[in-house]
This record gives sequence, C-alpha cells and structure tokens, in this order.
Amino acid sequence: MNIFLLALLLMAAGAVATGVIALRPVTAARNRTANTLGPGVAAIACLLGLIGVFSGGWTSIESFQMSWGLPFGALAFGLDPLSRLFLLPVFVLGLSCALAGSISLRHTDPDEHNLGAHWAFYLILLLGMTCVMTARDGLFFMLSWELMSLSPFFLIDFNDRDRTVQDASWVYLVAAHLGAVFLIAFFAMLWQQNGTTLFAAMTVEAPAHATLLFLFAFIGFGAKAGLAPLHVWLPEAHPAAPSHVSALLSGAMLNAGLYGIIRSFDFLGPMQDHPAWWGWLLVGVGIVTALMGILKALGQSHLKRLLAYSSVENMGLMVMAAGIGLVGVKNGIAWISALGFSGCLFHMLNHSAFKGLLFLCAGEVLHSVGTVDMTRLGGLQKRMPMLGILFALGAASIACLPPFNGFAGEFVISISLVKGLYLPGLEQKIAMLVTLTGLMLVSGVSAFVYLKAYGMTFLGQPRSQFAEAPHVPANKLLLPLCLPAALCVIGGLGAKFVFQMIQPTIAFIPVMPKNLIDIAQNVVIDGTSGLLGNIALFGFFGLVLVAGAVYLRRRLLGTKEVKRGPTWGCGYQYGTPRIQYTPASFVEPAARIFGPVIGTETKEQLDQSYFPQKSTFGVSAPDVVRGKFYTPLFEAVLNGFNHLKVFQSGVVNTYILYILVTLVALLVWGVA
Amino acid sequence: MDFLVYLLQLVLALALAPLVPGIINRVKAKFAGRHGKPVLQLYYDIAKLIRKGEVISDTATWVFTAGPVVSMVTAVLALALLPLGGVASPFGFNGDFILCAYLLGMGRFATVLAALDTGSPFEGMGASREALFGAIGEPVLFLSFLALVSTAMSMGIPSTEVSLSALFCGFSPLAWVAGRPELMLLVASMGVLLLVENCRIPVDDPNTHLELTMIHEVMVLDHSGPNLAFILYGASVKLWIFAVLLAGLVIPAMPVWAYTLAMLAAVFAVAVLVGVIESIMARLRMHIVPALIGLAGAVSAFVLILTLVR
Repeated sequence: MNIFLLALLLMAAGAVATGVIALRPVTAARNRTANTLGPGVAAIACLLGLIGVFSGGWTSIESFQMSWGLPFGALAFGLDPLSRLFLLPVFVLGLSCALAGSISLRHTDPDEHNLGAHWAFYLILLLGMTCVMTARDGLFFMLSWELMSLSPFFLIDFNDRDRTVQDASWVYLVAAHLGAVFLIAFFAMLWQQNGTTLFAAMTVEAPAHATLLFLFAFIGFGAKAGLAPLHVWLPEAHPAAPSHVSALLSGAMLNAGLYGIIRSFDFLGPMQDHPAWWGWLLVGVGIVTALMGILKALGQSHLKRLLAYSSVENMGLMVMAAGIGLVGVKNGIAWISALGFSGCLFHMLNHSAFKGLLFLCAGEVLHSVGTVDMTRLGGLQKRMPMLGILFALGAASIACLPPFNGFAGEFVISISLVKGLYLPGLEQKIAMLVTLTGLMLVSGVSAFVYLKAYGMTFLGQPRSQFAEAPHVPANKLLLPLCLPAALCVIGGLGAKFVFQMIQPTIAFIPVMPKNLIDIAQNVVIDGTSGLLGNIALFGFFGLVLVAGAVYLRRRLLGTKEVKRGPTWGCGYQYGTPRIQYTPASFVEPAARIFGPVIGTETKEQLDQSYFPQKSTFGVSAPDVVRGKFYTPLFEAVLNGFNHLKVFQSGVVNTYILYILVTLVALLVWGVA
Repeated sequence: MDFLVYLLQLVLALALAPLVPGIINRVKAKFAGRHGKPVLQLYYDIAKLIRKGEVISDTATWVFTAGPVVSMVTAVLALALLPLGGVASPFGFNGDFILCAYLLGMGRFATVLAALDTGSPFEGMGASREALFGAIGEPVLFLSFLALVSTAMSMGIPSTEVSLSALFCGFSPLAWVAGRPELMLLVASMGVLLLVENCRIPVDDPNTHLELTMIHEVMVLDHSGPNLAFILYGASVKLWIFAVLLAGLVIPAMPVWAYTLAMLAAVFAVAVLVGVIESIMARLRMHIVPALIGLAGAVSAFVLILTLVR
C-alpha cells in the first residue's frame, strides 16, 4: 500500500511541477523540459503503481484512511482484487502511452502548444483514474471521478485552433457531466440513507429504492463506458484527441464505467432480492451497443473514428458479459455467473491491450503520413514494415482470431452463453442463444471492419502522395508499442494463466454469493482453464505448422527464380492506385444489407454516358443518435431558454426593479 | 490405439481431399456431355505447381505469402478437430466447435488480406465479398451447432462434454429416431453453408475467374507456384471439412471400418451432389446471396427453437 501511495504522490507532484512550467511563458526549452519531466514522472509512477498492485499478495485487502478536514467524507483508499485488476490497464497503458506521447510530441511548435499543461493534465488524468479505482468513500470517489472526467477535456482540446476539435471537446464535457449528474444522485441517496459516505459503512442488505439506485448507477456509469445511446461523445473525442490520449482514454478510462457498475453492487444488496431484469437489462443494452458500434465502425473511413466506434462495441460486450454474470447469480448457476464475470474482466484486459496498441499505431500513421483518412492511405506495410506488423497483430487480436487474446476472451463469454441452456424457462434460454448469435455476428463483422482498417491503411498501393512517401519512424521509436503488443500475444497463448489470475477477483465481485464462489473455485476454473490450455496448445501447433509450411515453400522454391512483376491486371496494363478498391467500395455490399438498420448514407454519382465523365462513390455512417435525438433535444432546450431572454432587457432600471421585487417577496415570505 | 486410428483417418482425409474437386468436375463434364479432366487433375496441378518458381507483385509484402500458408494450416487444424471415420478427435474438447469456426475465420482473414495486398481492383472486389459472406455466414454456422448442442443437452449429455466429436459422430441419427426429426433440416442449412464457404455455384462460379462476379478465384489471381498449390490444397481440405460435417449429420454410429467407408461414400456423394447443382443451376446475383445465407440462418434458427420448445 505504501508503494502505491508513493506512486499517487509522485503523480500529484509531477502534475504540480509540470503545471508550474505551464504557467510560465512557453518556450522551446520549457516545452522540452516538460516533455521529459512529465512522461518520465508518469512512467516511474506507473511502474511504482504496478509494483504496488502486485505487492502484498493479489488477494489481500489493504486500506488506508485519513480525514481531510471537510465536514463529511474521508480520504479512504482500498486495494482489493477487483481494484487491482482494473488498475492493471491504467498503469500499463499509462506507461506506454506516456512514452509514446513523449516521442510523438518531441517536435511540437512552442508557438502552438504548451506541453507543460498537456503533461500536467495527463498526470491528473492518471491520478484521477487511480483514485477512482481505489476510492472507498463516496465523496472522495466523486471528486476523483471529476478529476478523471475534467482532465481529458484539456487533453482532447490539444489542437485547440481546430474548430472540430473544439466541438469534440465540448461534446465530451457535456456528456461526461450529464453522466455525473446521475452518479451524484446515486451517492446522495446512499448518503441520505446511511448517514455516511464510507463505502464500508454504506453496505446495506436491501436499501430502499434499490431499483432507482441501480438505474442511476447504470446510466451514470454506462455513460462513461459509452453504452448506446450515451456513446455519442466517443466518436467525436477520439479522432480529435492526440493518439496517446485516445489510447489511454479508450483502453483505461472507459473501464472506469464498467468498474463503477460492478462496484455499485457493493451497496445494492444480494442479487437474489432483486428482479431478474437487472441482469437482462445489462445483457440487452450490451449486445445492442455492441452491434450498433461495430456496424457504425464499418461505415467509417476515418481510422480513429473507426477505432472509437469499435471501443463502443467492446464496452458493449463487456457490459453484456457482466449482465450474463448477474443472470447466472439470479438463477443460482455457478458456471454462467463465474464465466460471465470472468469473460467480462478478461475481455476488459484484452481490450485495453489491443485497443491501446491500435490507437498508438494510428497515431504513428497520423504522425508519418499526416492523415488517418483511409481514402488517402494504403501501401504503408511496404514503407513501414514494423508498424504494419504491430497493427496487423492488434487487428487480428481484436477481430477475435485464434491464437490471440481477443479469441480467448470471447471463448469464455461464448461458453457462458452456451451454458445458458441450463437456465429455467424457455424465454431465458432463447434470450441467451439470441445473445450468442448476436455475439457471433458482432465478431464476424468486426473481422470485416479490421480487414478494412488494416487492408486499406497498410496494403495495396498508396492512394495519395502523402502515403507514397511517409515520414518513416525509426524502429526504436516504436518500442513503447511493443508492451501492449506483447500482452496481446501473452493473453492468447497464455490465456490459461491470465484466466487463473482473474479468478480470485471473481470471489470479490460484490454480487457473487458464497455458495456460487465455492463451486466456481472448485469446478469452473479447472474446467475452463483446461479448455483455454487446449486452445493455446492449438495455437502453438498452428505456429509450428505455419513455420513448417513457410520452410516447405522455401525448400520447394530452392534456387528457383522468384520474379517480381506488376500486379496482374487481367489484361489491362495501365493500372494506377486510383483503380484500387476504396474503403467505401470495400464495405458497399455490407452497407447495402445493414444500411437500413444503421443509417449509412451512400453517395453515388455514376456516369453512364458514352464518354464517361467524373464518377464518385462514397459510404458514410453519420451518428443517427446524435443527429436525430441529441441535436434536436439540445436545440429545443436552447429555444426554451431563449424565451427567458425577455427578462434580460439590458436596462439597469429594470434590474433594480427585479431586486426590489425579490426583496419584497422575501419579506412577505419571512413574515408569513 | 484410438489415437493411432485417428491419425490414420487424418492422413487418409488429407490424402484424399484433392479428389473431391476432381469428382465435382467430372460430374459437371458428364452433365455437359464432355469427357472432362482426369479425376486426379488437382493432384497433377499441385505436383506441377510445387515444382515451379513464383511471380510476386511489386506491391505485395509478406502478407501476400502468409495468406496461402495460414489458410492452409488453419484448414488442416480445423479438420483435426472433427471426428473422422467414427473416431472421436483426440484433440477435441468441450466447446471446440467455437475454435473450429474461428479457425476457418482466421484462414479467411489471411486470404482476404493477401488479396488486398496486391492492390488489384479485381482482388479487392473478391475480398470485399468474401469478408461480407464470412461475417454473415458465421452466425448461421453457430445456429446450426447450437441446435445440436441444445438437443444433446436435453438428451442428457452434460454440457461439459459437448464437442464436435460428440455432435458429429452418429449423434444426429440417434436424435432422429429418439423423436427429434427436426434435426434433418440442419442438413439443408449446412448444405447451403458448404456451398457458400467453399465458393461453389450458386454463390460463386469457380470456373470463370476472370469475370467481375467472382469471389474466391478472383482473390487468388496473383498467386503462383507453391503459393497457389497451398491455396488449392487448403481449399480442398476446407471442402472436405464441410462434407465431413454433413456426413456426420446423417451417418448413424457404426463400427470404425464401416463408418469410414460410409463417411467416404457420403463425402463423395456430397461431391456428386455439388457437381449436379453446379450443372443445373445458374449463379445467383450477388446481392441475392445474403438472402440465401439468411434463409439458411432462418432454417437453423427454426430448428433451434423447435429443439428448445420440447
């Protein structure tokens, strides 16, 4: 615990130090200092944090508490397996994003950017996330939550001269605070019922208004996790933010929403007392979010926006898996509950690894080509081989292909859904199987999405002169990306061990009753880790066979000539990069099918006259929820408030009259 | 002992796989009134190709050469999960049907990337279609598996023992006579999947690979030499996998030698049937194909619901 607190202090001190640099006038030298100091402190703090997480034994519960001079609440920290597990992505990604960020910002123009401020907010974000995962007091939790929610606003607004970036950061700010309103209500209600904000003291058997509390927590935390229809800030914020920030937000901060949903069951009492629809709500919203997210991702041609929608999809899958866990608990079936929660946590770790990796790769593409618009990319695998391999690894992992980690996580979730056949009642069985079919559709489409992402960005011929001659990064600058990449492979081939590492945490999930935990620890772990071991074995077989086949091809070719020539154009000799398939045409068959469901817009202008003129074809998927729901809603609110402007006449005499009227009214009220 | 028998079966399958396309071609030739290529033509082709050099596009990278290798290896691995000749796979485990489906997905992923790597518009076209049909074919395959799983569990097989070996080894006919004839419908939906996944008519026409309408053949336009041999061999193994799945649905439990013969007969019967379908049908228009896959999905879902209602 002491090492862990030291890490927190270090983050705070680093934030203060870089903040002080930020307050002085910006010069190139100060920017350089901040760009060394900030990431350095973040990296050391994250390493210390990792040591702190692992020290003292994974299952031990440590706590630290001191009063802070406010009328209520306390500075209470706690480390239990659940917090430890959620801290892993924070520290691992915090480390690799700090290093990658430091590298990508090293040539920043001091006239445009104040790096002191950037790194100060980065450290504040790290501090906020760490405190959220370990806070054991309602008020302290909300304060940390605000630190965590506010600092990304300044991080996203890095390129603040760009109009779209400004818009994106405002959308983020509004969304973050609409969610926070529900959380404040959640903790206020609990505080009112218990008279204290300490988590330990708020644990009650069955609080009054439990359903209302659950809904508040679900909406508040769900907004942070990006569940539909509260996901709108994600596809705006991620493309706008610098890539190392996107990676950290997507891989670590979104998890805070999931953590909150699971942690809130600390206060809601045992699941047996609650209706079954709680679990089904999570399952339903989760799978709908996942389907919507991945289908939206399909229509994007902006690489980072595609990744952002894919984050929505993955958060949906995690919440769905948590819902399966709840359903299992409600029905008293250990396999479903334990595997549902394990799948949820396993997928959370996996998602942090591959999404962090992919966002950092997208950042390198942006840095070296100057754009991540896939209609202008292509051919980067040949020009930047190392980066291409890293991206391909991330793409294969997130598309749930064996032997990488995405598949292992999805396998656990699938098994828990297949066990849904043990649920009583036809409708529950069918619901589980429909969810499983939905999950398969999601993973099938996500393979499509990442074929597009990798194929259009890295393969074929460059679609613009920028991609023709990218500014190639030295391989050693890609080192920070190797950490999440290695975790993708370890999570796949060592899935058994990661799964076993997650198991102690399952026992600490608040809703898991004692009897289910016992069965889970005895039967479920052995059974499932054996299966994961088999899959890993198959993965090794596969790697050996692939190596064998590659060797076989070498031997077969022997000294024979391997000629290079132009791509076979079916008799057409004058192929140019412009005749290649584009991101839009690649997804056209899918947009034709799914278009009515997800609202893709196909712009087609095909000239069929004898002397063809210019033709264009494009597919885009604007966010329907934002365009059709939020924009009209906020415009209606604005219009409503505009009517209040009659009071704002701008004439001082009228304002003095208002004061007089108010005073008289108060006097009358006081007398009466 | 079982392990050795299974290995023999596996070797037999791997050795005979290139025969299936030969049979299909011979049937088509007979229908057209031609004598046709030798049945062993694919063996000759592979033997010729592995002795040749390669021509690789200037645009291509390692992804291009990895595609054929990975798709062949994943097909072989997926085959090793299936029960062959009435012998349960020693590599099988509970839930291996998930791995099997995703292994085929991995092969598809690699093939599509290899196609995109050339930068050819034709191959991009095939890649786009293959990716879509793969994405919507996956849930259908799962619905079919789930119908079997659900029947197995309601007939008393514990969920920890549900594997491909338990489901595709004389189980389905047992269920038919036990009063669950709805599983017969699965033969239809799995049959459609066979045609879709292996790019046969009415989904794709393996003969005319220079047309704009093709899927699989157009994706491998640029491959040559050993790489092309790997692709042809991998495709024939994949065809064998789906034929074995279909055979597993209809052959009742028997002694190993009888089952092996029955399975071989069934696989070759599937080949003849595919040849007949290719001879008497035209290819569907490309945007009708998803409807066909959807229809197969609807049939499987119907079967699944029937198995649950009981």
